[in-house]
Amino acid sequence: MNMLTTPELAPDTAAQARRVGPPILKVEHLSREFGGVLAIGDLSFTIAAGDIHSIIGPNGAGKTTLFNLVTGVYKPSGGRVLFDGADVSGMAPYKLAARGMSRTFQNLQIFFNMTALENVMVGRHLHLNTRLLPALFRFPSLVRKDREARDRAVQLMTDVGLAKYVDADAASMPYGALKRLEIARALASEPKLLLLDEPAAGLNATESREIDEVIKTVAANGVTIILVEHDMKMVMGISHRITALNHGRKLAEGTPQEVASNPDVIAAYLGAAP
Amino acid sequence: MNALLHGRLTGLLVMGAVIAILPAFLPNNFYLDIAILAGFNAMVCVGLNLLIGYAGQISLGHAGFFGIGAYASGVLAGTYGWPPILALLAGAVFVGVLAFAVAKPILRLKGHYLAMATLGIGIIVSIVLRTESGITGGPDGMMVDPFKIFGVELYGEKVWYWVVGALLVGVVWLSLNLIDSPMGRALRAVHGSEVAAEVVGVDTARFKVMVFVLSAVFASVAGSLFAHYAGLITPAKADFFKSIELVTMVVFGGMASTFGAVVGAVVLTLLPQALTVFQDYQQIVLGGILMATMVFMPKGLLPTLAALLPARRRA
Repeated sequence: MNMLTTPELAPDTAAQARRVGPPILKVEHLSREFGGVLAIGDLSFTIAAGDIHSIIGPNGAGKTTLFNLVTGVYKPSGGRVLFDGADVSGMAPYKLAARGMSRTFQNLQIFFNMTALENVMVGRHLHLNTRLLPALFRFPSLVRKDREARDRAVQLMTDVGLAKYVDADAASMPYGALKRLEIARALASEPKLLLLDEPAAGLNATESREIDEVIKTVAANGVTIILVEHDMKMVMGISHRITALNHGRKLAEGTPQEVASNPDVIAAYLGAAP
Repeated sequence: MNALLHGRLTGLLVMGAVIAILPAFLPNNFYLDIAILAGFNAMVCVGLNLLIGYAGQISLGHAGFFGIGAYASGVLAGTYGWPPILALLAGAVFVGVLAFAVAKPILRLKGHYLAMATLGIGIIVSIVLRTESGITGGPDGMMVDPFKIFGVELYGEKVWYWVVGALLVGVVWLSLNLIDSPMGRALRAVHGSEVAAEVVGVDTARFKVMVFVLSAVFASVAGSLFAHYAGLITPAKADFFKSIELVTMVVFGGMASTFGAVVGAVVLTLLPQALTVFQDYQQIVLGGILMATMVFMPKGLLPTLAALLPARRRA
């Protein structure tokens, strides 16, 4: 964790100079408890459209719980989540997906009973005809759109560096490739907001840098990204803004440089000096 | 075998060819009768496989839906004199509505709980059929008139063999189409990871209900036709043991494989007949074969055999 203070991380001037977009996600006084234990407490922050916004914090800080609250996997005990101006607190994940929010998972959630390409094609679900009768009788319009979805999925897999796995069974793919497959699947739904839960966990340095590039490219195409990651080099390198959590509460927020030099953040990571 | 598992049209053609030439090797109506029964079982199993094999849900009550279809035809076409096709459709609609009504609450259950809930439905249906003897004839069952459509009466094994064969090809075709569609992928995604399916927009509850209703309707239609073919239906066709038999066929043949479901249904319909040579030990030998298959071929008969072949490609 000493990366927080390494001198090579100069202020990200590009991030400071860029124009701040309108808010796409607002979290207001959000809280969630599990059997009396507060996982997230009175948390408020805003994510600007177009940003790569990282959430950092030590293990158990509530990062994944926050993701689950924002994406509707958990229902909040209090407070609310506003997405694109609408209150979406506790809304089912599939409805949020239709509004343009998707995510990946810290612990892989791959459809291991399908091929890699089919995994990504499931990501096209919202853009395809998913009714029963056209499927049973194979309507020509459905077949045509399905072929387009297949081409699109191949393109997305190529974009994230999985071209050679197009025909592979998901169950036969290595861990690093599955991490990217989750990103490709989420992108296939054409989200406005993409939440990435530790996309670099378990990857080696080279693979992490490749994920860096993928994330930057996705952001450059106008997708807002919320990133939870322990790889501080990645976080400091690509984030426009960072929110630091500890014990389910906000510790600090700002540009990577501001957060890295914040004494509370350093204390939370390294242990408080008396 | 390759084509059987993965090629859409090739598999259908192979199956159609087998159905077409099979009667030449069947010496008499006794064998035709077994083939027809295998065909009915296969139709139900193809539908049940959509639910169990592809969507990853369990039902221990599908014989109940088969039974409702059978008795709807028996009662409406027989007692009330409806045209058989209308009775069949009425049964299918009733089963569809019933399956929808029970699926909503029970498909929120998982694993053992879902198994118990579907088991309950099957048992309730079976009890109603046994006790409402004024309508159903009770445990002795009821006679059903032959199927008539456009003035043509379907009668005898030779006619029914072709009817069931053609319908089975149709049902398999529908199943293959469905699986290779956006809805089919959504169903398989529900099996793979519900939460991952949800975050890309799949309303998992809706798809679970839809596939449950669809597989129940397949069972109902097969039940209606079976009633007309057999001419006599009893509550035993709707009971718990029949439900277990259907699930066993799906698992034995190979889950998440449409042709696997057909093979499972055919093999497990034939096997008890073939094993009669063991006389008193017939059940023991059957049980032994089932256990050995599951131990040595946990993925089921067809996928295991297909995997043995080299250069396996997906269609």
